[in-house]
Amino acid sequence: MLWETVQLAQREIRRNVLRSSLTILGIVIGVAAVIALVTLGRGATAQVTDQIASLGSNLLQIRPGQDFHGPGGTSASAIPFREDDVQAIAREVSGIRAMAPTSNKGVQAIYGNINWATQVTGSTNDYLTVREWPLASGRLFSDSEQRAGSAVCLIGATVKQELFGNQDPLGASLRLEKLSCQVIGVLASKGQSSFGSDQDDFILIPLRTLQRRMVGNTDVAAIFISASDRNTIAKTIDDLTRLLRERRHVAVGDPDNFNVRDMAEIMSTLTGTTKILTSLLGAVAAVSLLVGGIGIMNIMLVSVTERTREIGIRLAIGALGSEVLLQFLVEAVVLSTFGGVVGIILGLGGAAAAAKALDMPFIISPQIVVIAFFFSAAVGVIFGYFPARQAARLDPIEALRHE
Amino acid sequence: MTTILPKQTDQPLIELRGVTRVYGSGLAAMSALRGIDLRIERGDFVAIMGPSGSGKSTCMNILGCLDTPTVGEYLFDGIEVGGKNRDQRALLRRNYLGFVFQGYNLLNRTSALENVELPLIYRGVPHTERRARSREALAAVGLSDWEDHTPGELSGGQQQRVAIARAIVTEPLVLLADEPTGNLDTARSHEVMELITNFNRERNITVLMVTHETDMAAYAKRQIHFLDGLIVPAINQGGNT
Repeated sequence: MLWETVQLAQREIRRNVLRSSLTILGIVIGVAAVIALVTLGRGATAQVTDQIASLGSNLLQIRPGQDFHGPGGTSASAIPFREDDVQAIAREVSGIRAMAPTSNKGVQAIYGNINWATQVTGSTNDYLTVREWPLASGRLFSDSEQRAGSAVCLIGATVKQELFGNQDPLGASLRLEKLSCQVIGVLASKGQSSFGSDQDDFILIPLRTLQRRMVGNTDVAAIFISASDRNTIAKTIDDLTRLLRERRHVAVGDPDNFNVRDMAEIMSTLTGTTKILTSLLGAVAAVSLLVGGIGIMNIMLVSVTERTREIGIRLAIGALGSEVLLQFLVEAVVLSTFGGVVGIILGLGGAAAAAKALDMPFIISPQIVVIAFFFSAAVGVIFGYFPARQAARLDPIEALRHE
Repeated sequence: MTTILPKQTDQPLIELRGVTRVYGSGLAAMSALRGIDLRIERGDFVAIMGPSGSGKSTCMNILGCLDTPTVGEYLFDGIEVGGKNRDQRALLRRNYLGFVFQGYNLLNRTSALENVELPLIYRGVPHTERRARSREALAAVGLSDWEDHTPGELSGGQQQRVAIARAIVTEPLVLLADEPTGNLDTARSHEVMELITNFNRERNITVLMVTHETDMAAYAKRQIHFLDGLIVPAINQGGNT
């Protein structure tokens, strides 16, 4: 009986193709908008998450100065850290998986007759651990190289590409200002950071080499820490802050003259913003679903009036009120779910095209597709029920008299 | 869901006892039927005649279980119809009654065959059997070659024959025909009446037929005349028939 009803509904809908298509337009647009926005929102969230995760997980950055100056920003007047600060942290603060003191300098890297302006960072092997940055080829620094401040370097993918092209850089010597430096390893490509800078435009040398042979001091410009546990990170930050305030002689009540940044927190702020935007846009789109539902109700009411005589015939022949109700309800549901399916296809297609155009990941969320499908079916049930009940309650005698 | 009717042979198929039907209430109340008694036996063929407003349509609606008496009893094969609700009466119509209307009342843009199938769908008859029985019914009214035509493509006489096929395809106990020849010319009217008479005679289907025309009423075994909501003796009562 139900299958008969579905077939009957399909036939009724096909009978008036133009009207049926206009009826479901609202649902199509609503569902397509919801699907497209949510899919794009997911892509954007995933993109931000990926980029920030590429900095390293549970990453804390400690820089001198109180203000947040954006990526790599340090106020010039702030007192830098010292090596013994790093040792003190290692000694007194728990919950640290790896720690890398860094210092850096913008230089011209020269290989043969090629010149490339880049950033040299002095640090230890731990820097790569903290940033979760694997080697593509070659080897890490040896302990003796780190202690002695040897002229060896690891280069990022961009530097390799610019200076060496397709040549093998391992063992080659490049010049960083006056320092001739042997390439011992190439880092895997990390891509753009969430702030838009190229993380692969990067050369790593032992911290001591940078301090002694390039800048001539023992300053530590920033400390990178990988916390061992996400759950205890707040305590680690507290401990770090207390220790550094003491070591840097910050009077009680004065603001910190350094800052500890939790990258995961920045990440959750950013993804939170994206999620709020997505849900707002989704809510706007859901309103158009409601409008679409009202459109279906409107047309179903017209249809019931137009088909009063047919309803009268069916009732006279012995159809139960519930059977007539089911007939019109199924018709509304078939219409709205068809609209939903078309909307899902259009929405996914639109999102795929937009994701491609915006160079964003395209992530289909199966839940939202399923939800959209059942939601459009529900719209049919809810907005089809009233007209269907009208039909079912008709008096067969009156209905047969209807012209 | 089928109501099994007790087959009490001592009972008339249809019995009306003091049936009154009042429309409206208070001062606006209008009695369409004012205490009708009527017995119709199995296999009878009754022509119901009377001028407009005499109550014959109201009586047909009650006999067809589309309406219920305000006062009085309607026993259908011994079953009291007045106390049945909407759905129970729908089931009575579905299982025991067939309808033919003056205006044919076929579904538009639906083929003759599908129109005939309609009551079988509500009876839950499986598809193949439904097809076969509908074809047979269409053949019985001489429209085998018109199965796929929609009502719009059929003449009035053909449409009424489709409607008759639809009414008898369920093998009803009673066929209720409300001015079945009202829209037809004389030749078509006689064709339709012969069909109805045949079903009455050969399949023992009880026929109740409202008509204005004495020619058509002559096909019936007996005639009942309505006037001002009452059944009156079967002599010309000076109405417009």
